[in-house]
Amino acid sequence: MEKIKKKKRKTFTRRDFLKGFGSGALGAAVVPKLVSQDVFSLQTKEGKIPLYSKKQITLNINEKNYSLVIEPRETLLHVLREKLNLTGTKKTCSGGECGACTVLLDGNPIYSCLTLAIRADNKKITTVEGLAADGKLHPIQQAFIEKDGYQCGFCTPGFIMSSVALLEKNKNPLTEEIKTALSGNLCRCGNYSKIYEAVSVASKSMRGA
Amino acid sequence: MKNFKIAQPKTIDQITSLLSEKRDKYYLMAGGTDLLGEIKDEIIEPEAVVDLTSIPNLSYIKKEKDGVRIGALTTVAELAKNLMIKQEYPGLHEAANGIATPQLRNMATVGGNLCQRPRCWYYRDPQVKCRKKGGSRCFAFRGKNKYHAIFGGGLCYIVHPSDLAPVLFALDAEIFISSSKGDKSIPLTDFFILPKVTVSKENILEPDEVLKEVKIPAPKRGEKSTYYKLMERGAWDFALVSVAVKANVSGDVFKDTKIVLGGVAPAPWRLKKAENMIEGKKITENLLRQATKEALKDARPLKENEYKKELIETIVYRAALSLV
Ligand SMILES: Cc1cc2nc3c(=O)[nH]c(=O)nc-3n(C[C@H](O)[C@H](O)[C@H](O)COP(=O)(O)OP(=O)(O)OC[C@H]3O[C@@H](n4cnc5c(N)ncnc54)[C@H](O)[C@@H]3O)c2cc1C
Ligand code: SF4
Ligand code: FES
Ligand code: FES
Repeated sequence: MEKIKKKKRKTFTRRDFLKGFGSGALGAAVVPKLVSQDVFSLQTKEGKIPLYSKKQITLNINEKNYSLVIEPRETLLHVLREKLNLTGTKKTCSGGECGACTVLLDGNPIYSCLTLAIRADNKKITTVEGLAADGKLHPIQQAFIEKDGYQCGFCTPGFIMSSVALLEKNKNPLTEEIKTALSGNLCRCGNYSKIYEAVSVASKSMRGA
Repeated sequence: MKNFKIAQPKTIDQITSLLSEKRDKYYLMAGGTDLLGEIKDEIIEPEAVVDLTSIPNLSYIKKEKDGVRIGALTTVAELAKNLMIKQEYPGLHEAANGIATPQLRNMATVGGNLCQRPRCWYYRDPQVKCRKKGGSRCFAFRGKNKYHAIFGGGLCYIVHPSDLAPVLFALDAEIFISSSKGDKSIPLTDFFILPKVTVSKENILEPDEVLKEVKIPAPKRGEKSTYYKLMERGAWDFALVSVAVKANVSGDVFKDTKIVLGGVAPAPWRLKKAENMIEGKKITENLLRQATKEALKDARPLKENEYKKELIETIVYRAALSLV
């Protein structure tokens, strides 16, 4: 403990509390709560480097801006579920081994359990809650219902997000391509054939075929 | 997860300067797919994470006259979908495409893939202090060692988990490293080290050094490459064994062949004996099997991983014949 304290005294030359930092330029921002971010400035030979133990960030989730102050250790999954009550995104393994936490980051599917929320600052995030529009389900959601694409349903939001990313890029995927695109999602109920069928049906309905 | 701070520097020099002051307690994070796992599992307890992604312009694939330059923050997915890479370095494309899952490929970076830590289950268990973590024993040596090394072991028997490493090895890649003392470039073959040299780490990087770029020379005329990987399941798995083969192929004769294995040693492992035995000869399944068998005489399997030898014999000939 002693050692750490000493080190700090040597390198942390200034300790700032900045309020509302970084949220000024955001048009549609949800009104930020005035909670302080906590930032030190580290003096190095190459100038000052910000070191955060809390940071104010803005997440653009399903086209809506959320400003909040978070700790560096908070994962995007944690923030979605525990802070923003967006519990459609599921937590299972917490280590990149199941896919239940899949969301889109700037359009690409990623595991939110292995993503620090701080690093999603100012990025565009899409979760399963953002798919339905005007009271109508997304065609992929609809196809999962019609084709029994789920049993217990716990893996479903993750599978749907991977499918959305696939059909954005590939309007008419072969079964092999569907399998590859969904290879980062596990279904403990083993409902794979129905899931592939649902995606295939959704791709048809989205093409108007 | 224990708390930590996060530093968000703006230049590489700031990072190396910071790391040279902070050394052990500050950890570099690229995609974070490995580092965050290590933090969650309490294998490491950083005081702060240094965010490499706050540095601009480290993600690129640039084709130049004498080769291609790949920035450390290029994601594995970007590498996998690059058409020029697919055409000129098919082995690299195949390796990138076979890594983990689409989600992980979108997150994982090329630099992080080469610098990732081992997957040995004793290493990943926070309760176990094995030799790699400063303890006095390697628990895999007499313990559960199905997935461990058959070459290059001694003190520690990890296999290097990277799929990009063997193929970049075969392609004669070079890497550029920045440090607080300046920049340098070394062949990738000098990057990885065996536990006999240093048991606590897998490559030569010092705590204040950052891998900045990978450079691969332009393919020679007739140069072909491929990557074969065997896993216990169809996706989402590390290699049981893998092989990168590169050669100048004319008809069914191979020249300047490189055969580099993954999943068998603490670093990518070249089968030099086999390379020599097939050099300039007409390639057949028989010749390849013979050459591989000869090279495998140097293997030192542990109790549970003798099976890797048979797998290697099979993938080497399959991979090589696919280039004919
Ligand atoms: C479920 C799962 C399955 C996987 N399957 C495979 C597989 O099949 N094949 C495979 O190859 N890999 C596999 N991986 C590993 C994955 O590819 C790596 O975790 C990833 O490539 C690491 O890259 P990253 O950018 O996320 O690195 P990070 O997690 O950010 O960093 C990894 C390590 O490298 C260091 N580091 C990162 N970048 C640099 C740099 N530029 N300079 C110096 N040091 C650096 C970090 O300090 C850290 O110690 C798997 C991982 C998981 C979780
Ligand atoms: S193989 Fe290496 S990492 Fe695994 S137990 Fe032995 S010393 Fe530790
Ligand atoms: S909870 Fe993220 S992959 Fe399992
Ligand atoms: S429906 Fe139960 S896990 Fe997939």
